Amino acid sequence: MPKSHIAGLFGKSPIRPLQEHMYCVYKGIKHLIMLVEGMNNDDEQQISAAHQAIVESEHLADDMKKDLRHNLPRGFFMPVDRRDLLDVLWMQDQIINQAKDIAGMVVGRKMRLHESMRPLFQQYTERCVAAVKQALEVINELDELLETGFRGLEVEHVEEMLTELSRIERQTDKCQVELRNILFTLEDGLRATDVMFTYRLIEWMGRVADDAQRVGSRLQLMLAR
Amino acid sequence: MEFLSDTMMIYLILAVAFGLFMAWGIGANDVANAMATSVGSKAVTIKQALIIAAIFEFAGAYLAGGEVANTIRQGFIDNEIFDANPEMLAWGMLGSLLAAATWLLIATLRGWPVSTTHTIVGAIVGFAAVGVGVEAVNWGTVGTTAISWVFSPLISGVIAFLVFMSLQILILDTKNPLQNAIKYGPFYLFMVGFFLSLLTIQKGLKHVGLSLDGAMELIISVLIGVVVAIAGRILISKVRYDQQAEKRFHYANVEKIFAVMMLFTAAAMAFAHGSNDVANAVGPMAAVIGIAQTGVMTAKATVPSWVLLVGAVGIVIGLATLGYRVILTVGSKITELTPTRGFSAEIATAMTVVSASYAGIPVSTTHTLVGAILGVGFARGIAAIDLRVVGGIFMSWVVTLPAGALLSVMFFYLLRGIFV
Repeated sequence: MPKSHIAGLFGKSPIRPLQEHMYCVYKGIKHLIMLVEGMNNDDEQQISAAHQAIVESEHLADDMKKDLRHNLPRGFFMPVDRRDLLDVLWMQDQIINQAKDIAGMVVGRKMRLHESMRPLFQQYTERCVAAVKQALEVINELDELLETGFRGLEVEHVEEMLTELSRIERQTDKCQVELRNILFTLEDGLRATDVMFTYRLIEWMGRVADDAQRVGSRLQLMLAR
Repeated sequence: MEFLSDTMMIYLILAVAFGLFMAWGIGANDVANAMATSVGSKAVTIKQALIIAAIFEFAGAYLAGGEVANTIRQGFIDNEIFDANPEMLAWGMLGSLLAAATWLLIATLRGWPVSTTHTIVGAIVGFAAVGVGVEAVNWGTVGTTAISWVFSPLISGVIAFLVFMSLQILILDTKNPLQNAIKYGPFYLFMVGFFLSLLTIQKGLKHVGLSLDGAMELIISVLIGVVVAIAGRILISKVRYDQQAEKRFHYANVEKIFAVMMLFTAAAMAFAHGSNDVANAVGPMAAVIGIAQTGVMTAKATVPSWVLLVGAVGIVIGLATLGYRVILTVGSKITELTPTRGFSAEIATAMTVVSASYAGIPVSTTHTLVGAILGVGFARGIAAIDLRVVGGIFMSWVVTLPAGALLSVMFFYLLRGIFV
């Protein structure tokens, strides 16, 4: 069958794979809530199930990341900069990597939180997951952005979504401060290593939201081209 | 005298046979690129594409194909030199047809991005320069044609960019894109209908027996534009909207409207292609037939309309035998080109190519379309364009010209050996 050069003209669209990658990341991140619930209810089974799910998502996301990188040669002429795209992809991947580290630490150290921290930490985790969900929704607007040629009302719409993302991220920051304060008052009554790792857990959970926010900021740069 | 007319009869038969071969090749391959844009964006089904292509390729070739055919027939060669030995011209033109058709066939099988226009021009210039002498080539016309090959993709790229930008401002980037698409869509159709019919009527309708004055031309063009716009409006009103798809993708229904309007731009593309590329087969055929009928080279006469008809028929046969398969393959691969993009690219290509046809300049429809697609890309409208392929397509200019020339020189000597 004769080939056609018009057909060859179109490179594989990076937008759909990028969205799918982010969806995969979010599906894994959702299990952080399950993980924290498991910790708070002292449910070993639930913890290991959540850990399992997060690790699986991380592997899947990793494969998707590699696929997309291979399909994005330098000769592509795209409405968004190739570097920006790869950066966003990398940041998305960071989110799920962070979750994997969190789950690994919780499982490895059989971590349990002090009772006075539990409700707030649950809330904190939910806000972090909400940040990732908001980032996913922003990424899902990419095809609408492409349709309008990255201009006008659709850009404004996305800007609003990005503002919302920042707002969620700030909420997680506030939670983080409060959690640290509680932990500080408890320090003397706990094992030193437990204190250390609990600080780390709080920090790492916060990074999930931070990375979601960074995905958003990078997208903002794309819009400003 | 008896012997001479026998030879002439052979020329006549060969001319029609080779011309049909070439037209078949154009229909089988080249048309696919023109039509696949519409099929790829799922605007038209393959069956509709075939019917549209058959009707409008034919119309374009018959109504507006005369000027370019004339250029191909006699524009590139020095008429005075060939006046003395018209047989040389007959061999050369037959050789060129055979060379271009052969090269087209090889390239099609290999998947090389060649243009029929470049091949036939290379072939004609080749046989004249090598077989006869450098002074036998009308270098002025060759030069302007070569320049037009640079400018036609450029111009259509700019038009496509502007059309797509206007779609963004008027339709896509508004509070209610769907309503605006319904409101403004028909204006674009009017523009296409008006522009194409004006150029065609101004130049080409004498051989159909229609002779109009300037005001009449304008009135009829406006009327055709209005009819096209109204037809578009009626078809748009029959679009069934999909609320489910709209939820997932906010522009799903806008794209549906543009899919309908692409029926018209697809027709315009086919018309444009017919008006320009049919000449690649018809031009040399007409030259040989002219010599066979009169025994001399008739520079003054225009291309007889039955010869245009042969070319048009050849294209439609090529389309029906092989072209539809090519359209299907290409169409399934260019889904990236959504209806709004395809619409912009096709309007730009059709307008540019028909303008070239009006001026009698042979341009490559495919290259013009590539330029248009790039133009939409510059408006940030396409997810990814492979620039290496673009480079390859434009590199094919360089390769195709000497290849066509070489083959045609070979066939020229071969034919001369047979006939002398």
